Amino acid sequence: MAVTVSPERDTVATPMQRALREALYAGAISFGLFVLFIGLKTGQNISNELVLTTRWGLLAAVVIATAVGRFLYVAYGQPFLANQKITDVATGLLPASVASRFFQLPAFIVAIIAAVLLFVFNSSLAGWVGAEPAGYLQFLRALAVIYVLACVIYYFRAFIHANFTKLGIAALMLYPILVVAVLSLSAWSIASGLQGSLKWVDNFGIQILIYVMLAWGLNIVVGLAGLLDLGYVAFYAIGAYAYALLGTQYGLSFWILLPAAGAMAAFWGVLLGFPVLRLRGDYLAIVTLAFGEIIRLVLINWREVTNGSAGISGIPKVSFFGLMSFNVSDPNYIAKVLGIAQSGAYYKIFLYYLILGLCLLTAFVTIRLRRLPVGRAWEALREDEIACRSLGINTTTTKLTAFATGAMFGGFAGSFFAARQGFVSPESFVFLESAIILAIVVLGGMGSLVGIAVAAMVMIGGTEALRELDFLKQIFGPDFTPELYRMLLFGMAMVIVMLWKPRGFVGSREPTAFLKVRRAVSGSFTKEGHG
Amino acid sequence: MNASSIQGTNPGMNDAILQVEHLSMKFGGLVAIGDLSFTARRGEITALIGPNGAGKTTVFNCITGFYKPSEGMITLNRNDGSSFLLERLPNHEIPARAKVARTFQNIRLFSGMTLLENLLVAQHNKLMKASGYTILGLFGFSSYRKASAESVELAKHWLEKADLVDRADDPAGDLPYGAQRRLEIARAMCTGPELLCLDEPAAGLNPKESAALNELLIDIKKTSGASILLIEHDMSVVMQISDHVVVLEYGRKISDGSPQSVRTDPRVIAAYLGVDDEEVESVLTEVGDEDVIEQLDTGPDAAHGPGTSSSYLAGPVTDTIGHSEGERVTVSKGASKAAQVDAKAKNAPRKPSERATAKPAAKTPTAKPRGGRK
Ligand SMILES: Nc1ncnc2c1ncn2[C@@H]1O[C@H](COP(=O)(O)OP(=O)(O)OP(=O)(O)O)[C@@H](O)[C@H]1O
Ligand SMILES: [Mg+2]
Repeated sequence: MAVTVSPERDTVATPMQRALREALYAGAISFGLFVLFIGLKTGQNISNELVLTTRWGLLAAVVIATAVGRFLYVAYGQPFLANQKITDVATGLLPASVASRFFQLPAFIVAIIAAVLLFVFNSSLAGWVGAEPAGYLQFLRALAVIYVLACVIYYFRAFIHANFTKLGIAALMLYPILVVAVLSLSAWSIASGLQGSLKWVDNFGIQILIYVMLAWGLNIVVGLAGLLDLGYVAFYAIGAYAYALLGTQYGLSFWILLPAAGAMAAFWGVLLGFPVLRLRGDYLAIVTLAFGEIIRLVLINWREVTNGSAGISGIPKVSFFGLMSFNVSDPNYIAKVLGIAQSGAYYKIFLYYLILGLCLLTAFVTIRLRRLPVGRAWEALREDEIACRSLGINTTTTKLTAFATGAMFGGFAGSFFAARQGFVSPESFVFLESAIILAIVVLGGMGSLVGIAVAAMVMIGGTEALRELDFLKQIFGPDFTPELYRMLLFGMAMVIVMLWKPRGFVGSREPTAFLKVRRAVSGSFTKEGHG
Repeated sequence: MNASSIQGTNPGMNDAILQVEHLSMKFGGLVAIGDLSFTARRGEITALIGPNGAGKTTVFNCITGFYKPSEGMITLNRNDGSSFLLERLPNHEIPARAKVARTFQNIRLFSGMTLLENLLVAQHNKLMKASGYTILGLFGFSSYRKASAESVELAKHWLEKADLVDRADDPAGDLPYGAQRRLEIARAMCTGPELLCLDEPAAGLNPKESAALNELLIDIKKTSGASILLIEHDMSVVMQISDHVVVLEYGRKISDGSPQSVRTDPRVIAAYLGVDDEEVESVLTEVGDEDVIEQLDTGPDAAHGPGTSSSYLAGPVTDTIGHSEGERVTVSKGASKAAQVDAKAKNAPRKPSERATAKPAAKTPTAKPRGGRK
């Protein structure tokens, strides 16, 4: 039977036709997807009967938005992106990039002026234009600030790229000072500046840095040695409980218990390491997962020691190396010693620098270890375990040292966590924590410290920042609770990042030694390890 | 004190760097190596050849501790006079203490690490000691920095020998195939071995690369003092560089001697090229092998497989390691071509023995293994 190809098939549809067709498809698909999700809603009425409410209007809005979005993308977005790659015949130049057209000096100046004006007249705005438009103006101010920052980053991108680590450390060092300074200036009072800084230093700064440290610790096990560990939170728990128990029972100082907690976690790391050494890949992941759960269940059920799910409270605060304390009632309370006003912010700022120091220690040790034979052996183990054995590397001890080192940093972070919270309970050490830490490592790019730090900032800072979406209430009405959409947005962001950069933010690997030039190794050559 | 390290007392024995005695290795019912004995002499290149599935890689895996042999003894005599029983040493101690290094049939490089890093990983044990098991290194002691610089020098030395120094900072996975093979050899040499075991180093190389490899191996033999044990299918490589050849077929040694003597050994020729089918049948019917007579009745012979290639696909090899027959290993009847030659020589003494040798010998100059690398 002869098959004839219709000639129409061969002619290429114009972008408009294609866009219309694809918009129809997209609309149909979204209708199919959402007809039950959005179109219908079940609820209960007063007499506890099931009622079905229909929301056709909303459904239509979603479907139309999808179709229009697809139409615009295919009709204008795709041709535009394609044009960006075509050089001009006359000049032989690529068209100016979108970014350079977007970030221009006049716009930059306008944005700065707008931001400054809005900041200066912040307090009187509501009086002038009414409460609701003032909310929009604040939103506008935030946009202007973001635009200005983005401009600065865009123009100095080469410099920033070259000195990323130094700039990052400097920014982290200055962060609490800047926060306090900005808040004090805007409120014209240091006391309220200190008070306002609590949220920024504690919820953002300390929280993110704890995860940076945990992820850097796990990076040794997963990113360098290639051993998939799903129970990392167990070591975090061991560190936290070691400090909580020894601190409350024996009143030992944080500075003694910090190394003790690290050593304890490392010891448990070795204990876990022994039975799982023979396992690889999925099996290793499952056993480590079980280990994490065992530790948590022991913490819940061993009531005599751990006080069960009620947890341990009253964990002593960290002192300033024994010289000054942060308890208001103590004679050597910091405000009394230095003769300044009382504030809870000192402790938070001190904790911030403490965890920053611990993070830097972790980074320093990791960087050093990578250049030592043991670190190279970890990476070699990730690449090919059999070849390692053929070169006389004792894979057993190599894996154990990776487990122990990773666990030790987890223990440090744990004891810091206990000191910061003043309270620990098994609820803080659920599997979700392990999963988040692992997600940070994977998202950042396995093995890369900078990538992981950025990923922690995005993941933890992002989830925290999404709490601040109150302005959305002005758009969607007061019933709208943005916090509920936090996890959805967050999940979407992760999927997008993994599609856009499958090997994480930093996919390449820095070599640990070089003969002539240091060239990053592309991620396509490195392996993830088999467990 | 250590059972695996016996201080060598007999200096005459040190002529042999590696002694394999009565080695056998069974995988379930399959006898991969049966009662194999041979010696590799110090400073020589010993080639281990044989058709596909003969058990050559398995011998290497036993020597380097990846498999624990079912029976037998593998003794390694180091240059300083100490001896090690390799079958008793843990896997990773064989390179570390007995100084045996190896390469793999399917290349195993650390592909995400640079060439230099690959060679530094190979010097792990030395550097580990120099870094005070990490403690001293962590604090940047100068003794470690010195050792580290020395190890880079050694790596550079071997990169130069392998003609790879220009690519020292590229990832190993980025190299072309032939260069990866050379890098794997260079990496093995960085462990400072006394015995270097190479599993098909010339496989997949073009003639130019193959010639470069020959040079590298001869250079290693002459300058580094390492003895080489070599598995190779490429006869030109074997004949050019090896001093001593051991031939395996179905896990059994069928010939052992100088390249020339092996080349003309009828059993080797039979194993590689096969005996004519009529010849096999005539011999076996003469012997009175019922299986063959039966098979002759039932048409084509499936068990013999396609031609004479003894590949993995050649069907199950029955476990008949026959101690009752006086240490003789037999596989499924009619599979071993060398055994057929033996049988023929034994059962037809009147026939001029040249008949068996002369005909295939004419083919030897072009002798290429039929079961060579695909
Ligand atoms: N781990 C194992 N388990 C079971 N059987 C094995 C194992 N390793 C090898 N064998 C079997 O032992 C026999 C010898 O295999 P080996 O790999 O040593 O052959 P070879 O001489 O290296 O062949 P080639 O030239 O193809 O590399 C084969 O039949 C193989 O299937
Ligand atoms: Mg092989």
